[in-house]
Amino acid sequence: MIMTLPFSILHWSLALILAPLLPGIINRTKAWFGGRRGQPLPQAYHDLHKLLRKGAVYSRTTTGIFRLGPVLGLAIVMVALALVPAGALGAPLAFRGDFIFLAYALGLMRFTTVLAALDTGSAFAGMGASREVQFALLAEAALLSGLAVLAAGTGQFSLSGISARLWPPDLHQGGASVLLVAAAVLIVMLAENARIPVDDPTTHLELTMIHEVMVLDHGGVDLAFIQYGAALKLWLFAAIFTGLAIPLRTGRPVLDLGVTVVGIFLTAVAIGVIESTMARLRLLRVPQLLVVALALSLAAFFWTVR
Amino acid sequence: MINLGWAVAALLVLTLGGVGCACGRGSGKGLSRVGAAVTVLGSALALVPAIGVLWTGRSLALRVPWQVPFGAFAIAIDPLTAFFIVVITVVSALAAIYGIGYLDPYRGRKRLGAAWCFFNLLVASMLLITLARNGVLFLMAWEGMSLASFFLVMFEHERAAVRDAGWTYLTAAHLGAACLLVLFVQLAGPGGDLDFDRLAAPADPVAAGILFVLAVLGFGAKAGLVPLHVWLPEAHPAAPSHVSAVMSGVMIKTGIYGLVRIVSLLGPPAVWWGWSLLIIGAASGLLGVLFALAQHDLKRLLAYHSVENIGIICLGLGFWLLGTAAHQPQLAVLGLLGGLLHVCNHAIFKSLLFLGAGAVKQAAHSLEIDRLGGLRKRMPGTAAAFLIAAAAICGLPPLNGFVSEFLIYSGAYQAVTEASGAGNLAAGGMLVLLALALIGGLAAACFTKVYGIVFLGEPRCEEAANAREVPLGMRWPMAVLAALCVLLGLGAPLGVALVQPAVAQLLGASPTAAVVATFWPALAAVALGGILIVGVAGLLAGLRRVLLARRTVVEGPTWDCGYAAPTARMQYTASSFAWPVLNMFRWVVRSKLHLDLDPGDFPRHAALASHTDDLFRRYLFDPVFRAIAAVARLLHGIQQGRNQVYVLYLAIVLLVLLVLKVK
Repeated sequence: MIMTLPFSILHWSLALILAPLLPGIINRTKAWFGGRRGQPLPQAYHDLHKLLRKGAVYSRTTTGIFRLGPVLGLAIVMVALALVPAGALGAPLAFRGDFIFLAYALGLMRFTTVLAALDTGSAFAGMGASREVQFALLAEAALLSGLAVLAAGTGQFSLSGISARLWPPDLHQGGASVLLVAAAVLIVMLAENARIPVDDPTTHLELTMIHEVMVLDHGGVDLAFIQYGAALKLWLFAAIFTGLAIPLRTGRPVLDLGVTVVGIFLTAVAIGVIESTMARLRLLRVPQLLVVALALSLAAFFWTVR
Repeated sequence: MINLGWAVAALLVLTLGGVGCACGRGSGKGLSRVGAAVTVLGSALALVPAIGVLWTGRSLALRVPWQVPFGAFAIAIDPLTAFFIVVITVVSALAAIYGIGYLDPYRGRKRLGAAWCFFNLLVASMLLITLARNGVLFLMAWEGMSLASFFLVMFEHERAAVRDAGWTYLTAAHLGAACLLVLFVQLAGPGGDLDFDRLAAPADPVAAGILFVLAVLGFGAKAGLVPLHVWLPEAHPAAPSHVSAVMSGVMIKTGIYGLVRIVSLLGPPAVWWGWSLLIIGAASGLLGVLFALAQHDLKRLLAYHSVENIGIICLGLGFWLLGTAAHQPQLAVLGLLGGLLHVCNHAIFKSLLFLGAGAVKQAAHSLEIDRLGGLRKRMPGTAAAFLIAAAAICGLPPLNGFVSEFLIYSGAYQAVTEASGAGNLAAGGMLVLLALALIGGLAAACFTKVYGIVFLGEPRCEEAANAREVPLGMRWPMAVLAALCVLLGLGAPLGVALVQPAVAQLLGASPTAAVVATFWPALAAVALGGILIVGVAGLLAGLRRVLLARRTVVEGPTWDCGYAAPTARMQYTASSFAWPVLNMFRWVVRSKLHLDLDPGDFPRHAALASHTDDLFRRYLFDPVFRAIAAVARLLHGIQQGRNQVYVLYLAIVLLVLLVLKVK
């Protein structure tokens, strides 16, 4: 544990540094499907740099909540990343029930984002906020019940403990339930990070949008914090997903770290493929997709405890 | 000297002081000050022995023979009682101080002396309920509590809705009390003795089960468990806000206290007891929050949230019984720790929310969520406190609500991993987990709606636009409660230390200590995580300030896609915010829409209204009570008001009795 701590901290630092690459990778994948060259991979860094140099325009309706939202959101996701393991490599901060804290910390992030959106008094932001809370409640249930399956299978109560014991599957039932949970986590990841088929990150103003319309009034430094926070959140979920879906535990911290980072980049490619080959679902269908995630978790549960 | 003299003195101060308030002349602020001073003094007196017991771990007991049959006047403070006394006194005292300012606008119109009298009697009877160790004394205190709170609910009795709420409450309270009466009679020890330490728990599991059901019905009616919650969304909004805070924050918790106390006297629990509490808890939690989301009145919404939180507490208690019955002490300890800690946490944030709602009512003269808006700019102090409570009730870290839910979640994960042949436990764990996750998500939807529509955006009516912050005397009790939310969140182990003695009393010191030792690092890490979030946010806020320091920061209108003349009425409303979720759960909630649209080609008016009836009131209680009324009406025929006929009835009855006797 102590031996691997520097590598755990290294993973956390790499996440902070490399996360803005993920939108670039997704973008390039989609461009390749569309027969275009696409924007350069580090485009997000340029965007962040540009935004950080700007001034700010605030709506007269807004209050301190609007200014607090991006700051608190970024702080939460930076702390939450410290709970996420890289394969067999534990997280810098691991404790009994840390995934409950993780889920609820992300809940707090959503709470502040939604309130910041409502602070503008804009009907568009209100619509986005309303959808966000609706979908999140199903996604959260799917995530927490999926983790319960893994806890039951491995007998571990922390993300790091679960991830270390997951592969090779010493659960007596084999890896089937892990893969079911991985599928559920994939759906949750797409929903939580505002990706197709739940949300379309490329458009701002359609009445059907969720996340982008909530942050419509943010600009400059605040928007930079939001976009950086979104990239970190994508890294967070991709790391969890990689831990589930890539059955490789080398036992050597450097290799584990490398496998995880490559896995996260591959996850970004996979998201790009999904976005290129699927259309966004109608809003009324989104809850059904999330219920599917919940059903996958429950199926895995019954498979595990049968 | 720590002894029960303090508690007796507290009861005397509250009772005599309360009666004194009723006799007091005038209805000025002076009277309110005296009334609140009585509450504060009584609370302080009661707090002394309670803290003493929690600190030393030694229980106090007092037993005095009295003229009332079935045992003696027995009172005691053990850790469980002490814990509830701490919760009751702190919340009541703060609510009383707030009440001085809240009742001020009623000066001259209302008899404030009577209100303070019943308020102090309510506090006294709640204390006596936790102190009592004799069935008769307990039931007397229970009845006193119901009556005192009934008169407080009826404070604005000139409004028909309030009278209706009051009668509903009185009926529900007495149906519950009837169950308790039967329960105590069945539990009576040798010679009809009703002292708690002499009660005879039945050895027969069926008889014990019946008593358990009676306890759940009787105490559940007070606590507000589904489907016995129907009085709650009526009575809590009707009462003055500081009374709602006490009723919702602590009075309904006496139901939880009674349940814990009596069930622990019933002998070893059966597995199905635990399961029934889990199922009732999940139903209360989910239905409570769903119906809360559908409400348009702020205090009614908060009342439904009490149903939800009592449900969460009940989930914890379910684990307590299930764990005890299945010989899983760790699960039992986690459930009871989480459930009792949630009692304390809910008391803090729910009373704070009701006090905040009262401030909104006093400032904006309305509690209709869709008419309010923009109050954060007008009432910054109230808004800040309300925000903390709103985040806390959603169970979000780093606030206190998260800590208790974390413990219950931990119990659920514990149960799920319990592979030892008990698929039962795993299913229970999954049930609780899913219920808590959904409740958490729905609560977040509900409180983003409340805070976002009431406090943010632009005001939607004239009164809201002209709202002014409430006086300091009303703000600082809210600030204290908000500080407690933060303290018990960032200092997560503190709350556990507060409930640990009570849990140790019921489940044994060593299993409790073992679980607390196991979870101590996790609780410390939760606290650390909260502190880290606050710290990093502070750094980022500093960074933002530095970056923006020398740049142009201007203000403009909200971007509405180029629309030039937005008005406050174009904002999203609470109803539309909640609609997608309600529509998703329409098979339970059954909201009704009334569309009033001018049929012409150029409609001159259009109106849309939605309302949501309580499912159980509409489909269960209304039909039952209508049937009772119909049967009662059949008996109308024999009552015509003619004395001669009544004398005839007497004669007939006597004749029949005579015939029977002769035969």
